Amino acid sequence: MSESLVTVSYIGATILFILSLGGLSHPETSRRGNLYGIIGMTLAVLATILGPRVTMAGVPWIIGAMLVGGSVGIYAARVVKMTQMPELVALMHSLVGLAASLVGFASFIDPSMQLVGAEKAIHEIEIYIGILIGAVTFSGSIIAFGKLSGKIGGKPLLLPARHWLNLTGLLIVIYFGNVFLHAESVADGMLPLIVMTVIALLFGIHMVMAIGGADMPVVVSMLNSYSGWAAAATGFMLNNDLLIVTGALVGSSGAILSYIMCRAMNRNFISVIAGGFGTGGGTPAAASGDAQPAGEVTAVSAAETAELLRDARSVIIVPGYGMAVAQAQHTVNEITQYLREQGINVRFGIHPVAGRMPGHMNVLLAEARVPYDIVLEMDELNEDFPDTDVAMVIGANDIVNPAAQEDPNSPIAGMPVLEVWKAKTSIVMKRSMASGYAGVDNPLFYKENNRMLFGDAKKMLEEVFVALKS
Amino acid sequence: MTLMIGIPRETAAEEKRVATVPEVVEKLIKLGFKVAVESGAGDTANCSDDAYRAAGAEIIDGAAKLWSSSDIVFKVCVPTTEEVGLMREGGTLIGFIWPAQNPELMQQLAAKKATVLAIDSLPRQLSRAQKMDALTSQAGVAGYRAVIEAANAFGRFFNGQITAAGKVPPAKVFIAGAGVAGLAAIGTAASLGAIVRANDTRAEVADQVVSLGGEFVKVDYEEEGSGGGGYAKVMSEGFQQAQREMYAKQAREVDIIITTALIPGKPAPRLITAEMVQSMKPGSVIVDMAAERGGNCELTEPGQAVVKHGVTIVGYTDLPSRLAKQSSTLYATNLFRLAEELCKTKDGIINVNMEDDAIRGLTVIKEGNITWPAPAPKLPAAPAKPAAAKAAAPAAKGHGHGGAGAPMAGGKLAIMFGVAAVLFWLIGAYAPPAFLGHFTVFVLACFVGYMVVWNVTPALHTPLMSVTNAISSIIAIGALVQIAPPDVADGRGLILALAVLALALTAVNMFGGFAVTQRMLAMFRK
Repeated sequence: MSESLVTVSYIGATILFILSLGGLSHPETSRRGNLYGIIGMTLAVLATILGPRVTMAGVPWIIGAMLVGGSVGIYAARVVKMTQMPELVALMHSLVGLAASLVGFASFIDPSMQLVGAEKAIHEIEIYIGILIGAVTFSGSIIAFGKLSGKIGGKPLLLPARHWLNLTGLLIVIYFGNVFLHAESVADGMLPLIVMTVIALLFGIHMVMAIGGADMPVVVSMLNSYSGWAAAATGFMLNNDLLIVTGALVGSSGAILSYIMCRAMNRNFISVIAGGFGTGGGTPAAASGDAQPAGEVTAVSAAETAELLRDARSVIIVPGYGMAVAQAQHTVNEITQYLREQGINVRFGIHPVAGRMPGHMNVLLAEARVPYDIVLEMDELNEDFPDTDVAMVIGANDIVNPAAQEDPNSPIAGMPVLEVWKAKTSIVMKRSMASGYAGVDNPLFYKENNRMLFGDAKKMLEEVFVALKS
Repeated sequence: MTLMIGIPRETAAEEKRVATVPEVVEKLIKLGFKVAVESGAGDTANCSDDAYRAAGAEIIDGAAKLWSSSDIVFKVCVPTTEEVGLMREGGTLIGFIWPAQNPELMQQLAAKKATVLAIDSLPRQLSRAQKMDALTSQAGVAGYRAVIEAANAFGRFFNGQITAAGKVPPAKVFIAGAGVAGLAAIGTAASLGAIVRANDTRAEVADQVVSLGGEFVKVDYEEEGSGGGGYAKVMSEGFQQAQREMYAKQAREVDIIITTALIPGKPAPRLITAEMVQSMKPGSVIVDMAAERGGNCELTEPGQAVVKHGVTIVGYTDLPSRLAKQSSTLYATNLFRLAEELCKTKDGIINVNMEDDAIRGLTVIKEGNITWPAPAPKLPAAPAKPAAAKAAAPAAKGHGHGGAGAPMAGGKLAIMFGVAAVLFWLIGAYAPPAFLGHFTVFVLACFVGYMVVWNVTPALHTPLMSVTNAISSIIAIGALVQIAPPDVADGRGLILALAVLALALTAVNMFGGFAVTQRMLAMFRK
């Protein structure tokens, strides 16, 4: 295959990737979108292998590596539970980051690149930045994986003077970048490169450690974006337009997802990255101590909940992370089907940041075979709550907290929330009265028209279902 | 001491409404008030004395006794001189007063040291006040009734039909003025099956007309007609000329005209001339809802239905009263909401809080002192517009924001453009041409990604992330080209190892990412 044919194949792959992302914007075209992605990737890989840059000597290695990696990947994809999706995605981001760093190192020690002057400087800057982004993505994703899978606590770790630490790290990175650029030989350049990599790894760890559990959706999509930028940097390094384009596509789409997430939480993107949300609640909560919600909560039994549901004409279910933890989505679907057979209008209200990654709830409900046309976004049904008889909140807290609208001192003030308290009755299913990830008490629980159903979401829903059918 | 709310029988001729209904009596009692109703007060609105008694009200015979024993009186119509005479010294009166038109009444009430809340003086632009807006609730009833009166006088069906006995064309209805009454009329006429057209000098109501099933007819002349408080204002001569032509054209075409045009403090505008009436088809109907204020039609006789030039012109001034049960119920609820605002403590004592914008506007006499007219409530209605325009202008200047998101503040945008310009200049000044080629591709790809992803539905965020993750394993290309390049040099062992490891890692991602996306997408179904 000639160089030109390879280039043409790359253009084809680029188009397919763009179509793939475009297709993913709607459920009906999404499967085709994924197919485009697979075809594009196959095309790109085959063209490269058959192209002039790869000789026959490499083919056995390539096949071996692809076989090993591919089988691990497919196995992981088969066995992963839908509730573990966020962890898997985070882990995969780390692989991209690591690969980008490795390719960067390989490119640096590759003696076949003989460049001079500005081109050499640019090439070295590209390597330096490529490895930097790759390393940050790698360690950040590993930490995100740990946090999402519960191996590391969800509370943000806030070192004293953390902003200064980050700044110092950045200055050291820049200093060694300068040393690196002026290094005469590969051996001279290796030391600054390794120092920088270590700092980048530490920086990635520090950055994600400082982010609270409530902000995890933003972090996951941000790391997604980073893995794209890492690919783009590698593309610059290797003078490969396909890598640049694809990396930029992934990078910008991840950045936009993060932005959408931040907007849904009414948070500043910078402040999420800077971290620390979710524990800082201590001071402001004490300051607004007199605004603490108080009063009686009204607990109900599963039988009473079933009664409320049976007498309703329209029901909105608001799922949260608690539903994912309890694996209750299948029971939710059974109840939904039963209620719909009784002619009750059941819909789902999904907050953009419900769960631990963007769209988490939608995936879980889809897994339980809830039809996607009754699963609506917050903006689509928030105005319908006053006409709703029962709003059932399953394992969600902050996203239904009226304090966001009513209490300007609340740490979540201004965040858009689902207005479940406007329904005639709201039922909150929760294990206990503990506060949510944001560490904010929820005045919803004390509202006159609110009922609490305490217990494990799955167990209680099963009881509700039994009571419904009897 | 809890206060007694008195409901007298309305004395005006042809007035069938009553100021409260039994359902609302219960709610008033829950607020802590006692309620007394004059015997027979609700008869014409289908509310019997027994029903009031069952709801917990005391029935009192005779207006004199009722007025003297009530601390607060709820009324519908403007009170007569005799009624004011019966009123207790220092009492409270709530109802329609129209202080601008009834200065003598105001003096009489002030002399009684009364506190008077005129429901017609409510600051309607406060969204909080909407629940108390009796003008709106009564206008809605009137609009409905206007269509019913028109249907009654009209000799044909409203909806088009194709029957064995022949084809019936649908009636064409034109509604002048799309205020509350006009909109109610549009909705009612459209639901009867008529073709409905409507016009209003305020262009912003066009969407509301369409939403109710009507068609908005524009006047071919540029002028904005929004006055204060949701009313229209008087328009220029040129506009009126164009408007007259449009009305003349509609008059020739339609079967029914319902006019609702009113301008506060002025006689109703003359929209339909005698010639226009003449040009209408015989059997057509005009319902002039502005009859009380002189009428929008030249030939209207207030309070009467007359036939002129073969056209029935209905000028009834008591349209809400003709639907007495409905209008009374709505009015009673409006007054109950007001009572809630006055008695936030729910102990049957009212507090006329003059700090509250809504209450301040309503209160025309406070303990004998005339407080009408109230100062305009502090509402930043007008300044909002220029500010929005200012923000929109720089954003429109060359910032392709994908049509989404709030436009950025001008200053911030300028800084961003400045920074970008400096960066681009640096790159252009120092970078070699080969890099620039890649850089072009890079920047364009960023924008493509932005455009493509911006409209993704939130439900698909997770699959989108997992597919982009899979696609980012394109980095495998980087590893591939390093495994065995053609011009093999010595000492490639380390490079080979790094590249193979990188390839294996990305392969996990590549295969795993696409497989898991496929698995997820397979679950989405209708």
